[in-house]
Amino acid sequence: MHSVVLQLRNDFDEWRGRARGLLRAGIAPDNVSWRDPSTEAGLFAEVESTPLGERPVGSVPPMFIELAETAINNSSAERFDLLYRLLWRLQDDRTLMDVSSDPDVIRLTRMASAVRRDSHKMKAFVRFKSIADDGGQERFAAWFEPDHFTLEMTAPFFARRFAGMVWAIVTPYASAFWDGEALSFAPGGRKSDVPQDDAVEGDWKTYFASIFNPARLKIAMMKSEMPVKYWRNLPEAELITPLIRGARAAEREMIAQAATQPPSRHLRQQARQDAPVAVSEIDSLAAARLAVQDCRRCGLCEHATRAVFGAGPDRAAVMFVGEQPGDHEDLSGQPFVGPAGQVLDAALAKVGVDRNASYVTNAVKHFKFEPRGKRRIHQRPDGGEIQACKYWLNLEIKLVAPTLIVALGATAAESLLGGNPRISDLRGRGIELDDGATVFITNHPSYLLRIPDAGKRAEEQEKFEADLGQVAAIAKQLVRVS
Amino acid sequence: MATLTLRRKLAVLSDAAKYDASCASSGSEKRSSAGTKGIGSTEGSGICHSYAPDGRCISLLKILLTNFCVYDCVYCVNRSSSNVERARFSVDEVVRLTLDFYKRNYIEGLFLSSGIIRSPDYTMEQLVRVARSLRQDHLFAGYLHLKVIPNAAPELLAEAGRWADRLSTNIEMPTDAGLETLAPEKKPSEIRTAMARLRGKLDEATPDKAARAKPEKFAPAGQSTQMIVGADSADDHAILNRAAGLYTGYKLRRVYYSAFSPIPDASSRLPLRPPPLMREHRLYQADWLIRFYGFDVPEIMAGGQDGLLDLAVDPKLAWALKNRARFPLDVNRADREMLLRVPGLGTKSIDRIVATRRHHRLRLADVARISGSIDKVRPFIEAADWTPGGLTDDARLRARLAPPPEQMSLF
Repeated sequence: MHSVVLQLRNDFDEWRGRARGLLRAGIAPDNVSWRDPSTEAGLFAEVESTPLGERPVGSVPPMFIELAETAINNSSAERFDLLYRLLWRLQDDRTLMDVSSDPDVIRLTRMASAVRRDSHKMKAFVRFKSIADDGGQERFAAWFEPDHFTLEMTAPFFARRFAGMVWAIVTPYASAFWDGEALSFAPGGRKSDVPQDDAVEGDWKTYFASIFNPARLKIAMMKSEMPVKYWRNLPEAELITPLIRGARAAEREMIAQAATQPPSRHLRQQARQDAPVAVSEIDSLAAARLAVQDCRRCGLCEHATRAVFGAGPDRAAVMFVGEQPGDHEDLSGQPFVGPAGQVLDAALAKVGVDRNASYVTNAVKHFKFEPRGKRRIHQRPDGGEIQACKYWLNLEIKLVAPTLIVALGATAAESLLGGNPRISDLRGRGIELDDGATVFITNHPSYLLRIPDAGKRAEEQEKFEADLGQVAAIAKQLVRVS
Repeated sequence: MATLTLRRKLAVLSDAAKYDASCASSGSEKRSSAGTKGIGSTEGSGICHSYAPDGRCISLLKILLTNFCVYDCVYCVNRSSSNVERARFSVDEVVRLTLDFYKRNYIEGLFLSSGIIRSPDYTMEQLVRVARSLRQDHLFAGYLHLKVIPNAAPELLAEAGRWADRLSTNIEMPTDAGLETLAPEKKPSEIRTAMARLRGKLDEATPDKAARAKPEKFAPAGQSTQMIVGADSADDHAILNRAAGLYTGYKLRRVYYSAFSPIPDASSRLPLRPPPLMREHRLYQADWLIRFYGFDVPEIMAGGQDGLLDLAVDPKLAWALKNRARFPLDVNRADREMLLRVPGLGTKSIDRIVATRRHHRLRLADVARISGSIDKVRPFIEAADWTPGGLTDDARLRARLAPPPEQMSLF
């Protein structure tokens, strides 16, 4: 039996050096006993031996090193044994670490996670107490009792976080110091080494008691995340029992309390608020823009961001009507600003129509979509939704008073003409409405974006531009007439 | 009015803040105070520094700047018609408390919200001042979460995002009708417009590989929201539909579901019942399935009944029990996406299963070791040495897997 006594209880490099020697000498894990200086020697006098050998040592997967570096901080006496056993087995089976169901791998994984959890709890539950030194400078000290040897691996976190402070963390097995520049370690200490009181603790306890909601007691949850063993070093923990005891009563009291009269401040405030404005007829685009945000004529308002109303001059000879706002339009609140809007803009520029002189809107003002994965997928509005929104389109037509209305796509055509008009039958010629305006029908620009075949797309693009060319010609005549 | 001590203000303004469920301090950029004279760091995962007996993590100093409010939202403890004690912190008081708490390692940072006083702009400006002072005057690098006041000026939102890690705007109610009834002064479109603006800013701040210039930083921990469950009649279907719309529309990191709690001096228009905590829990589980397990809302609701999730079993098990024809799945062959549908298997266990089976075929005991528990899993899988036989289609399966009803005893 080879016995190895390590100088340090959690120094991975030291363990690695010794393990490498054993491996070279070909000594099997069953023939080695490991211990650190803090554990008692066995009954039989042990002889420390340095075995010699020159057997080649293979490399190990990085996952083993990572877990081993963490697990060596576990306070379990078997950690060195386990690490060496795995190292030994890894020489023959390089894929061992991938076998998540292997008992040794599971044990190592559990040991490492216990250490990580302990380190995490140190980050969470260290409570610094402030001490003013002779120069009036504030210093901080904390007492903490970890389950494992986690101070060395955790202290750098505190150095990164409290760089601008001078602090010490004292544990039973080691202490860490930060002077504002460098981290250093020293032997462990006692609870009495750090101050017992702190001026801010009272505020902290007040906060702890007030942020607690007595209507939602979940004591098991609290205890699993903040195990009782930590409570003795947490100033707020003394409040837990009284808070729980008072909770049921507090909740009952809350519920039993009858509703009271509102304070006079509230009544004054209510009186100050303007009397509700009578709903009068909407007689301007500005008024319509406000009113449409409250529209609940159909269900689409429920999930869209807001209504996207038309944009453009208050009076315009030409009005473009699309289907509905898309994702971009919904987010920005402006019509035709997404990909389809860019297609429209480019085509208008090509045929010489000034978009800014025209009024651009949609048949339906709210975005209809279906959430799928991480995106909102456009859905075509149905007849009821088109009908419900006709109110707003009619209002826009009445107020803007266009001579020419360009219906982009089937939804716009349906809204303006009723029925189920086919674009291919009607495109390229004017249809007169009852109020004298002319409706001109073409495709929706997003139709072009959906054509996969480049040749077909170019063809349709040409037709679209030809249609808009006609629109441009009619628009010029209109300018001349007016 | 008598002046309140700082401690009394703290009591009032943290009591007023406790109905906001979020206390997350995770998901921000990596940042530390190394080399500065300041304090503070964020390293990706958040830290819960304490737990209250309500089982909620205490990670942040969660307070209101003031609980005076001009709005009269029925569900809110701070509504203008309520007689709760009122208080207001000064900007400096909040800054000092945050630093004092942070230096003692009580907190990860500050979550600051406020009642609406004077105007949305004025209120938002106060919140921004606190954040600016912490970052600029005190070189504070800890976590900051600011509440966004809907209708505040876009410039204020831009500055808030410059200082804060996270911003949030509460949608409050699962349906617009619910909001209209319980919070008549709040407009759903204004709340969603604020979220859309934040989304725009967050998109702008996402580094574009093609562009060389690094975009200006904006709320690196993104935006979140909260809705109250059980104050109105909205069912789980409406709640999850709302959440799905919000996640896809505004790229939210989280939707928080807050079981409606009875509040002191409650309005007579509210249900005076203890909060539906199990319902809240099931909603979180369903939310998780949508975001990480490839489920959609109709599928999840198919596991429930009449628009409500099954309270007795978790939503994945509920779905599987109604879709037994898809099971059992062979753990040695099924692809990851299918394994995600197996009750009792989480994403981590599934990753381990997929890695391990490359080397040898898994037996039931292997799956048990990897997943930690096997009862829920067993009826839905096949392994090298296991086939569930008639267990998958057993009519009593649901009863066997549902936890026994609490405290039932025959006399």
